[in-house]
Amino acid sequence: MLRVHNLSAGYGSLHVLRRLSLHVKPGEIVTIIGANGAGKSTLLRTITGLLRASSGEVLFKGEDIQRIPPEQVVFRGCSLVPEGRQVFAAMPVRENLLLGAYVQHKRGKRDEVAHDLDRVFGLFPVLRQREHQLAGTLSGGEQQMLAIGRALMARPTLIMLDEPSMGLAPLIVKDIFHIIAKIRDEGCTVLLVEQNARSALKIANRGYVLETGRIILEGDAGDLLANREIQRAYLGKDLDGENK
Amino acid sequence: MFWQQESECMDRKELEQLQLERLESTLNRVYLNVPFYLKKFDEMGFNPDDLSSLDDLGKLPFTAKSDLRENYPYGLFAFPLREVVRVHASSGTTGVSTVVGYTRNDIKTWSNLVGRVLTAGGVTADDVVQISFNYGLFTGAFGLHYGAERVGASVIPMSSGNTKRQIKIMQDFKTTALVSTPSYAMLIADTIREMNIDPNSLSLKWGLFGAEPWSDSMRRELEQKLMIKATDNYGLSEVMGPGVAGECLHQNGLHISEDHFLVEVIDPETLQPVKLGEVGEMVITTLTKEAFPMIRYRTRDLTRLMPETCPCGRTLRRMSRVMGRTDDMLIIRGVNVFPSQIEAVLFDVEGTEPHYQIVIDRKGALDDATVLVEASEKIFFDEMKKQKELIDTIKKRMASELGIAVEVKLVEKKTIERFEGKAKRVIDNRKL
Ligand SMILES: Nc1ncnc2c1ncn2[C@@H]1O[C@H](COP(=O)(O)OP(=O)(O)OP(=O)(O)O)[C@@H](O)[C@H]1O
Ligand SMILES: [Mg+2]
Ligand SMILES: [Zn+2]
Repeated sequence: MLRVHNLSAGYGSLHVLRRLSLHVKPGEIVTIIGANGAGKSTLLRTITGLLRASSGEVLFKGEDIQRIPPEQVVFRGCSLVPEGRQVFAAMPVRENLLLGAYVQHKRGKRDEVAHDLDRVFGLFPVLRQREHQLAGTLSGGEQQMLAIGRALMARPTLIMLDEPSMGLAPLIVKDIFHIIAKIRDEGCTVLLVEQNARSALKIANRGYVLETGRIILEGDAGDLLANREIQRAYLGKDLDGENK
Repeated sequence: MFWQQESECMDRKELEQLQLERLESTLNRVYLNVPFYLKKFDEMGFNPDDLSSLDDLGKLPFTAKSDLRENYPYGLFAFPLREVVRVHASSGTTGVSTVVGYTRNDIKTWSNLVGRVLTAGGVTADDVVQISFNYGLFTGAFGLHYGAERVGASVIPMSSGNTKRQIKIMQDFKTTALVSTPSYAMLIADTIREMNIDPNSLSLKWGLFGAEPWSDSMRRELEQKLMIKATDNYGLSEVMGPGVAGECLHQNGLHISEDHFLVEVIDPETLQPVKLGEVGEMVITTLTKEAFPMIRYRTRDLTRLMPETCPCGRTLRRMSRVMGRTDDMLIIRGVNVFPSQIEAVLFDVEGTEPHYQIVIDRKGALDDATVLVEASEKIFFDEMKKQKELIDTIKKRMASELGIAVEVKLVEKKTIERFEGKAKRVIDNRKL
């Protein structure tokens, strides 16, 4: 579904990603774990074309999506939930969600929007309760749900999430990851970038470990979770977090 | 039947993507964690960041057996010893044996890859697998043991030796699959015959043989004598142990687990890749090993890749039977031959037993080879004429099929040494 081949990118003379390759198969959750500054967000920004790669290619369903404008990427079925949520605070929840349905209009599937909205409300009942509230009044966790819900309104076949757990309390994180797994189970493929390695690996099928812009390990999520070197380097912190 | 169908039948394009990803992460890891590779890469001016496709593999340095010996015991480990849950060693066939290690995850991968080999060779959870490899530092026994357990078979950790007892266990425990070296399987087969046991009365169905070179003629003998289907499997401790490649029931080449091993075939003289399908030395790069990754390891084993697709449905490329080690190649009056080729000729001649040895002497500037082979009981030693005819037949066949002239000596049954592990077929008196 997604094939990243030898991708390099950076800002000016600063190289962040160095010839990185990875792939995501239909129906999988693939997670990319790594410390702060490893290049996780840069990777997602480059994949979606927000940042130009200095070399390499990103094939989405066989097509190089770096050469097409970001909104076209969404149209083709690949949506990004950016880091830090970025919902429209001054707009009601419902309007925020409907914004995400914009490509469905372009696809001529206007009449499916109501159904999609229902589905999102089904996944996130709390959003239905807050349907007419301004997004800015939502809690952090609710805003994250809204951001995910908005991306789902575009009916993606691949959804990419940039640190959905960031700044959220452990219990909320648990909810969100539960829903991400559900999204996968309903047929949407997921690329999940996370610092919270343990939670991510628990729901993922496969994972890549990113360190200073390079993949240093990849494998089945369960194997990575059991890997004691990974535990030492990436999972210790989460443990403390869970115990809090 | 497949053990990991998705991986074994993967689309070749997907496979290449996976290989590239895994190669990249392996290179990043060894560059970070193994001073030996850091130094070697730097000396060659290679940085893992420069790798842009699998074709760039040629830019990487080779690793040789001597590198392992110089870094004995743990110098090439890429994970700290506290993560290593198992240590094995090579058999020491070519000198001092070398050490390798496995993380918990490596053991899991290894078991699955051996699981593929066993499944390809017919073994299922319903089988009773007798492991007649020597248990110990040698990778063969434990590798097959864990793989057989993984597929759910009932494992008899028999180890090698005490052949009569092996056979008793085989009868009592209703062994259905025998795992051993082909030469030991032959000794077992002969012993069964001597004990007047009808092979039909045994439950044997499968033979999974490896760890040393053998020929198709030997396979046929084993299949007939033990009433089994016999497959070949290949591996070496340096890159993992058994499980690198194994035959499917089509018995025509060994499927390489290319999602875990990147294989090249080079000319051992020029070190350049040979044309696809030509014979050369196999060079292996591990793609998933954690504790003991290997970059471009020169196996000294000669084989060729078989690019044609296999009817079994596996897309993993096959390698032909290993002809032998570069170390074992005999140069008899300028012609290169391997013991396994001599074996094939011997076994196809009526009147000999499948036990032989090749003695190399130097006469002046020339190497001289004498093949000792056991005559079967049908040849009476007092019948000089029959003996001579047999010798002439073998010599003629050698000359026409291998292009070599060798001396042939018939010896009495059971005078040639028997082996419970890897057979030693060549006695080289030149070095004495
Ligand atoms: N199916 C096979 N056919 C032919 N040769 C095989 C087969 N399987 C294994 N071998 C041989 O066995 C070798 C691997 O054995 P192992 O790693 O135990 O040590 P060794 O090579 O015998 O000893 P050392 O490396 O110490 O000299 C391979 O490199 C190959 O030469
Ligand atoms: Mg060896
Ligand atoms: Zn096959």
